[in-house]
Amino acid sequence: MTTLNPSDIQAILLSAKVATVATLLSLPFGFLCAYILAFHEFRGKLLLEGLINLPLTLPPVVIGYLLLLLLGSNGWLAPVLNSLGIRLLFSWKAAVIASSVVGFPLLVRSMRIGMESIDLRLIQTSRTLGATWYDALLTIIAPLSLRGIMAGSSLMFARSLGEFGATIIVAGNIPGVTQTIPLAIYDYAASPQGDQAALLLCGISVTLSLAILIFHDSMARRFVRKD
Amino acid sequence: MKLELALTHQLDAFRLKAELSFQGNSLGLFGPSGSGKSTLAGLIAGLARPQGGYLRLDGDVIFDSNSNIHLPPEQRRIALVFQHSALFPHMTVRGNLLYGFNRRPPQDSSIDIDSVSRALGLSDLLERGVNNLSGGERQRVAIGRAVLSSPRLLLMDEPLSALDDDSKFQIISYLKATCARFNIPFIFISHSLVEMRMMTDTAAVIAQGGITSTCSTEALARTMMERSPVGYINILGLSGMSERAGLCAYNWNGGELLLSKGNRTTISGLFELSSKDIILFKKHPEAISARNLLQCTVVNLFESGTKMGVELDCNTGRLIAEIVPDAGRELDIVVGSVVHAAIKASAFRRLATTQAAQEQVQCPVTSKSNPPRSPLT
Repeated sequence: MTTLNPSDIQAILLSAKVATVATLLSLPFGFLCAYILAFHEFRGKLLLEGLINLPLTLPPVVIGYLLLLLLGSNGWLAPVLNSLGIRLLFSWKAAVIASSVVGFPLLVRSMRIGMESIDLRLIQTSRTLGATWYDALLTIIAPLSLRGIMAGSSLMFARSLGEFGATIIVAGNIPGVTQTIPLAIYDYAASPQGDQAALLLCGISVTLSLAILIFHDSMARRFVRKD
Repeated sequence: MKLELALTHQLDAFRLKAELSFQGNSLGLFGPSGSGKSTLAGLIAGLARPQGGYLRLDGDVIFDSNSNIHLPPEQRRIALVFQHSALFPHMTVRGNLLYGFNRRPPQDSSIDIDSVSRALGLSDLLERGVNNLSGGERQRVAIGRAVLSSPRLLLMDEPLSALDDDSKFQIISYLKATCARFNIPFIFISHSLVEMRMMTDTAAVIAQGGITSTCSTEALARTMMERSPVGYINILGLSGMSERAGLCAYNWNGGELLLSKGNRTTISGLFELSSKDIILFKKHPEAISARNLLQCTVVNLFESGTKMGVELDCNTGRLIAEIVPDAGRELDIVVGSVVHAAIKASAFRRLATTQAAQEQVQCPVTSKSNPPRSPLT
């Protein structure tokens, strides 16, 4: 019977860490993007929408490659990063960035649906009662789109756990440093005696995903009842 | 309140071009649905930006397209109450009431939550959530929430349309009392002339995106008499109901009116009577099926299209009846002539109950000593 070896456990913990940080980091930006898309009409809205949703249809490898061009030691952002002494590539932070970009559209999509279901008159009423737009955003829109925020966050978290293509390009596959569950499975699958270990990690992956989906569902139900 | 506005606004195919100058404490905005009432309310509250014109409240410029002034809604202090109360579902009644209160200018301290919730009968509901309130309660909370933000002007966009008659007229009395007590000027928007007459004395008429005239609500009701399918609605406050010979006898300012038995749960209340349901006789008809026959003096005659309105002084109050001009000539009805007005007991319709009788509904009595026998025993 195969058991988890220390590097497997490291991979699981790293996956959780990367997914958590990526989700938390994306939340405020996602919320703002969703707010802009849900409530504002402006020129270039279609372009912004396209840019946000692009990672949904683009192969993750392409995203990884573009990030490599952006963040590499000779990349477009190199002058800024070098002057600040930040090295991102082939660290767990690069995995966070890759996950954030890939999961972002899922987050924005769910939050936007949540916001668009809010009765516009509630927001208008809050404004006539003296609330500024950011006051209304925090006291009316945020609490009423909590369901969308929870749904988006859990979807993005799940997507980040499974992120492979972009991660392997910008973060590499270094055991104990950047090796997440999917990368570990990839390693096992490529080695002749890795079948059992790969299957075990697959099982853990399935369990985690199911747990998140159940959590997501129960949250949704709780908010429905409250309504 | 002094309100001066001239606004133009284009919304897809609909064009609004409204001009109004008004000074007073309350104004009605009357017009059919689709005439632009809500659009105008939104522009006044600052929910949309008009394409041109100006808007001044008590001399302060709130919007002016020439000098590019457009105050955001939170700086206008014009509260808006919608038809469907728009209560914040994630807050309690208290949370809703305090929303505007906590955001009002600090120097304003004339209004407090206790007196407003007492005035609107909300004191017992404060800790409840808003999702299980009745329609009338919801609307009272919405009004309280708006009043507590101590607005310079309260806009009410069809606030009673979603309510049943009883809560509707209950809220009218709450509304008038609350606005008067806290000295808040208001604009009452409605397509119902009866509501409008009970809320304000002056109304601006809006049609196809423009304000066509401003007049007293009473004059408006008289002008509308011919066009309205229900004629002119007389509103009567009746009290002291007693049952008599299968009918309900009410006191009307010292006189007596007989109404059908269906009203017996209402001891006192407001009733409406259409001008179409009053028949005039020159001489006393000896026998008549209508249960009310009042001797009245004609005090005024007015024209409304092809109809003629007859204002009657019945000693106990005034009524308006409508006749065709031919009938007026035949009966020789002029100001000062004495006529008899016949009204059927069933012509009155209850608008609101101010005092109700306990109606006990019971199942048919079955004696305990002789329980009904089951066929199986």
